[in-house]
Amino acid sequence: MLNTLSAGVLPFICLVIVFFAMAKKIDIFDAFLSGAKDGLKTLFGILPALVGLIAAITMFRTSGALEFLTKLLSPITKPLGIPGEIMPLALLRPVSGSGALAIVSDLLKTSGPDSFVGRVASVVMGSTETTFYTLAVYYGSVNIKNSRYTVPAALLADLTGLLVGTYVCYVFFNV
Amino acid sequence: MMGYIWGGMIIAAFCFGAVNGQLEAVAQSALTGAENAVTMALGLLGMMCFWSGMLEIAKRAGLTEKLARLIRPLTKLLFPKLSASSPAVTAMVMNMTANFLGLSNAATPLGLAAMAELDKINPHKGTASDEMCMFVVINTASISLIPTTVITLRAAAGSQDPFGILVPVWICSVTAVIIGVIAAKLLARRDRGRYL
Repeated sequence: MLNTLSAGVLPFICLVIVFFAMAKKIDIFDAFLSGAKDGLKTLFGILPALVGLIAAITMFRTSGALEFLTKLLSPITKPLGIPGEIMPLALLRPVSGSGALAIVSDLLKTSGPDSFVGRVASVVMGSTETTFYTLAVYYGSVNIKNSRYTVPAALLADLTGLLVGTYVCYVFFNV
Repeated sequence: MMGYIWGGMIIAAFCFGAVNGQLEAVAQSALTGAENAVTMALGLLGMMCFWSGMLEIAKRAGLTEKLARLIRPLTKLLFPKLSASSPAVTAMVMNMTANFLGLSNAATPLGLAAMAELDKINPHKGTASDEMCMFVVINTASISLIPTTVITLRAAAGSQDPFGILVPVWICSVTAVIIGVIAAKLLARRDRGRYL
């Protein structure tokens, strides 16, 4: 049931958008093209970062360093039930969006998109943001030097995303 | 910051590679990694264009304003000191709506406009006000309707069920935002005496 719901959302949203826009007599194809062009620009904009990061992460994994890091963190992850492979993603997520994307794509490739690890990585990636980047851009724009409690509150939200993401996957994909 | 992480990964890769006798494989993996990045970007390209196009239609049709009207009542709870019709709240509501729809290109300028409005009414310049903290915390968490990038990545990796993560993502992001908001509220109460 939930899977049908999930799969039906995207076409439904497209339908609503197109219907609504046509009712408003907007040149929808022109709007579509200009948006699609922006999408193209965004993707090519992050491509150099992705090449650098995915290359570095692949090297990091091949050398055995990733496995070492995962083992090193296992005293924290094991009792919490978090798959160890997720930790590099959890650590990099608040710092770099393209870095996190690189790790997710590597994880989906090595563990498989429908494996438990693959699903947790997808959920964590989809439900969190690049915390420190947002912080720097927003506060930098109005010269705020003292961000008070923003960092602890934001990181607590990220941690919640990691834990809830893991547990929701346990429930949804009955592992 | 990113420079150190990236450099650290490469240095660690060579050190571990040397110890494990995997140097050649490590060097080789730099090439495959770079190639994989391009394959992945190409896999994302179609969906990225399609979805950005759809969102642009939604934006031009005024769907953002429509949705923003639904979010507005929430601001009473999040920013009790601001009036719901103030320019700061208007900008923040538009920013949250744009984020929700996944219009990240539109969301950032709206967010910066909101920060500028909030700074006008901030009595302690250089120090974040409670409203700023709350707004930034909400922005660092993410509630989005469709996490297109992840879904596309999953499909490109051969998933049988690329959309299966959608409901888990919603549950997870809503919980994370709620926890962030509660934490911000509690922490604001804690140092109320210092910044009034």
